[in-house]
Formats: sequence, structure tokens, C-alpha cells
Amino acid sequence: MTSGQAAIFVEGVTKSFGSVQALRGIDIAVPSGTMLGMLGPNGAGKTTAVRILTTLLRPDGGHATVNGFDVVRQAAAVRRSIGLAGQSAAIQEELTGRENLQIIGRLFHLSWPQARRRADELLDQFDLAEAADRPAKTYSGGMQRRLDLAASLVGHPTVLFLDEPTSGLDPRARIGMWEVIRGLVSAGTTLLLTTQYLDEADELADEIVVIDRGLVIAAGTAEELKNRVGGDVLEFSVPDAAAAPRAVAAVAGVGEGDPRVDEATSRVSVGVGGGGSDALIAAVRALDTAGVQVHGMTIRRPSLDDVFLAVTGHAAEEVHKSPARRGRRRARRNGGEEQR
Amino acid sequence: MTTTQVRAARAAADVESPALLLRMRWAVRDTLTITRRNLMIWVRVPAYIAFTVIQPVLFVLMFRYVFGGAIPVDVPGGYVNFLMPGIVGQTAAFATFGTAIALAIELQKGVIDRLRSMPIARSAVLAGRLVADTCRMFVTILIIIAVGYLVGFRFENGFPAAVAMVLLATAFGACMSCIAAFTGLAIKDDEAVQAFGMIWLFPLTFLSSAFVPISTMPGWLQGFANNQPVTHVIDTMRSLALGGPVEASLWKSVAWLVGILVVFAPLSVRAYRRAG
Repeated sequence: MTSGQAAIFVEGVTKSFGSVQALRGIDIAVPSGTMLGMLGPNGAGKTTAVRILTTLLRPDGGHATVNGFDVVRQAAAVRRSIGLAGQSAAIQEELTGRENLQIIGRLFHLSWPQARRRADELLDQFDLAEAADRPAKTYSGGMQRRLDLAASLVGHPTVLFLDEPTSGLDPRARIGMWEVIRGLVSAGTTLLLTTQYLDEADELADEIVVIDRGLVIAAGTAEELKNRVGGDVLEFSVPDAAAAPRAVAAVAGVGEGDPRVDEATSRVSVGVGGGGSDALIAAVRALDTAGVQVHGMTIRRPSLDDVFLAVTGHAAEEVHKSPARRGRRRARRNGGEEQR
Repeated sequence: MTTTQVRAARAAADVESPALLLRMRWAVRDTLTITRRNLMIWVRVPAYIAFTVIQPVLFVLMFRYVFGGAIPVDVPGGYVNFLMPGIVGQTAAFATFGTAIALAIELQKGVIDRLRSMPIARSAVLAGRLVADTCRMFVTILIIIAVGYLVGFRFENGFPAAVAMVLLATAFGACMSCIAAFTGLAIKDDEAVQAFGMIWLFPLTFLSSAFVPISTMPGWLQGFANNQPVTHVIDTMRSLALGGPVEASLWKSVAWLVGILVVFAPLSVRAYRRAG
């Protein structure tokens, strides 16, 4: 694919903050009208990539275009065609939802009647009409994110960047957000979504890139990535670490890969491919025969951790400092707001 | 070059360099929109208004009735007349806390990221912040002067000079806001910004002619107090309010204010561009 065809095209982009290399040369191409999920742990470089593509940061090297416009040399043209919704709701809490959207409309140089009409449209579309005249600080976390997303759409962007749009939301609000995002893709918007959750990327994205320490370490559809993990994961706990080796030996024959043990939690997991309930029954029998007691046995879809382990050989823990500092701060802030 | 690329390049040229005049018109409009937004927030939260007004009112009452009796001054009308221009100057300086804290919070919350990712004039966010905060400061100053009148303050030098004093105080506050904006954008943490504000604003306002005649300070302190901008500005304001020679301190004030603008306006703009 060339920069002419892709709505978002990134080639060899690098960015350092002091001695920390946030991006070490990433390549991405997102065809128009599709959604790319950018998956990675905190500090992997996701936010840095989004900030470069939305003209907030200049890359050190490489080049990137959005809708064919260079993000450095044609930044104004890029800004005209994009929307950005971030990790925290960039809305003014003292103002009402309607006022927030009207002001953004005015900044997109709509007349007052146009700005009012656009605000009303978006409030309807995002199910905020009833709360439209309440200060945004009275909104729930999910409503604030929806308002934030609405604000990013005021200017009818053709390319939308969503930087961890569901971080800090409760499960129900998260699913509500997914529905909204799905609606945007079906309306033809090109989307780049960053997330730490494989299920979110799986649920929404056409293609996924996995980012770790500033590099794209895997790319493909959700299915392709999961096949690299080996399908579903069977997981259970053993009462104490001493029992782990016997448990591993017992289920080694059941799974498709080698079982692994999380020392800290005494949790054993093993990939079982498409084995499903048969694998579960086989595991229970094998463990019973071996005389190992287990707790909390489940079969689950592979997680980001599983993909990471399969691709990189290390878990997706928070090991990196760098631009994530601000992200974490924001997350803390959001957390506080959620509890309130 | 393909047709798509040609078209893209042409579209880019259109949006990159619209006529200068049009660009300036948009910049003004964007600034007014941001100003309006900031003023709406201020009016919407009664606590903001209360806090910006209560603190200087407490200072008026405290210095007027607690410390004032012990501070001998030789101005017509006594200490309350000496005090009020100082309090007004200090109010203008302290109002800049709001500028710094608001910018730091907007940076953290991603509001500035959103605005910077939109096709609006680069200058509008900062300019709108400064214009709104200057309006806010102007209103606060008028309220403080009204409170001063209740406790015995009187302008002794005619209406035009009184207006000039208020305008000078506002201009002083606007220039100090440029420093505050820079600290807010450079430090990026509202609590740290507030703590830092204490460190530079308290000495600057208290080690001046705002509350006591400088002649009562020890000699080594007089050297600083006599040669810093707050003293020049407050001396000018006092002469405007009560009568007395204005020229010397006015020119020094103007020189300082222009100097502050020349240094800190570009620094603020640079910090805004690099923010985040």
C-alpha cells in the first residue's frame, strides 16, 4: 500500500524523549473506511504514535500522512480532517454538554445556528439529549466519554483517533462505548483505536497491530493473532506453589502448548486451541487422577498477555517509563472521578 | 504525480495559506470564542468568583483594621488610602494564579491537546485565556475598590486619574499573566504550579511598597524593594489615586511591563507549542 491509498500511512517513524526511545521506527497503513486497533501495554508508544498523527508532536524521523497530508509539513490540512478523543474526557466539566459541543462548533467556524444544530444532532446521536443542559461534571464516566467522542466529531472528521477510549470505564459503559464506535465505522469513518485490551481490539478492529517498546511486533486480524497464541486458554489455581509441577505434568497432555505457571498467583494456564469443553473435562480428569486440588478453573479467550507471551516471550507488564507518565496520571484522575 | 496527489497538494495549499487578512479574522474570532468559553466557566462556578474576591477583601479588612494602626504613613486620608492601591496591585498579581492553574489543568485533562489538534489559530488558546483572565481581574479590581470605599478609602485625585489607576492595574495584571501562563505550561501540574506561584508572587508583592512604606524596611531589603516592578507600578497607582508626581515611576513601570511582555509572551507561546 502507498500513502496515496491509505487514510493513515506511517513509515519508519521514530520519536525519543531524552534518552527514552518511545517509537523505534513503526510502519502502519490503514485503508480508508476501516478500523485499526493498536494494541499494547502502557508505555509501548501508542499515545506517542497518536500524538504524532494528530500533529501534536513532531516525529524525529520517518514520515506519516493522514488523508494524504503530511503531518509535519501540512499540519493544518491534517487538523482539518481529523478528530481526536483521548484517554481522559477533554471536556469542560463546568459547562453543559450542549455548551461544550457548541463551543467546539464555533471553533470549527460554524455560525451560531449551525453550531447549535450540530450540537443537537450529536447529543441525539450519543444519547445525551436528556442530559444536554446539565453541567458535564454531573455526567457518569461513560457519558463524559461519549460527550468527549461527540466533541471530536463536530467537524465531520474522516479520520478519527481514539486513544484508549474505554480506559477506566465500568464494563457496561465500555460495551455502550463499543456500540457507539461500531456505528462510526459503519458510517465510513476511518478509525485508529489504541487499547490495552485484546477483547476490545477483537470486538471492533478490522486489523490489529501489536506495539511493544516502540516497535510493531505483530500485525494481522484478531483471528490471526489468536491463532499465534493457540486459541482458548484453560486456567486454574493450585493451593500452593509446591503443587504446581504436578499440575503442569497432569495437564501437559491436554493442551496444545506447554502449560505455564504464574509464580506469584500460583495460577496455571495452558492453550487448548479449539478444544473447548472436551479439554476442560480432560483436564479435570487428569488433575483428579494426579490427586491435585485446583480452584477457579475457567476456559477463556486469549488475552493481551497471552498474545504478548506468544509474540515476545515476556508478559505485557508496565515496565516502561516515558510518555506514559502523563497517561498514568490521567488514569489516576479518571479513577478518582469514577469513584466519586 | 497521480491525480489524487495533485488534488491533495492543491487542497493542502488552500488550507495552509489562506489570505493573511482572513487568517487574522479567524484568529480574532477563535480568540473571542475561547474567551467566551473561559468567562462562561468563571461565571458558572460561584466558588471561583468568591475565592478570587474573598482573599483580597480579607486583606483589605486585615490591613485596614489589624495592622494599619501600627503603620504610620503620610498620605492624605491615612493608611486606608495608602493601602488600597497596594491591595489593588496585589489583587491583579494574585489573579494570575488562576491563569497558571487553569492552563496546567487543561494540559493534564487533554483539553489543550484537543484544541491543538483542531484547525484553529495557534494563538487563540493562549490569547483567549489572557483576555478572559484580564476581564476577570478587571471585575475583581472594581469589587475590591467598592469594598475599599466601604472602609473609608477615597480617590483624592479626580475621576480620570482614578480610571488611569484601574487601567494601569489591569495592564500590570495582564503582563503578570504572561509570566503565570508560562509557569503553568512549563510546570504542567496544578498543585506544583500553585506552590510555585506562592514562591514568586508572595515576595514580589510583599517586598514592595504595597503595604508599608519602603523606608521602614532594613537597608538591604530597600535595595530590592525600591527596584522591582511591583513597587514602581504601585507607586504610580498611588500617585494616580491620591495625587503626587507620576512621571518617574510611570516610565519605570511601563519599561518593566514592556520588558515582561517581550520576554514572557514568546516564552509562553513556545511552551504552548511544545506542551505535552
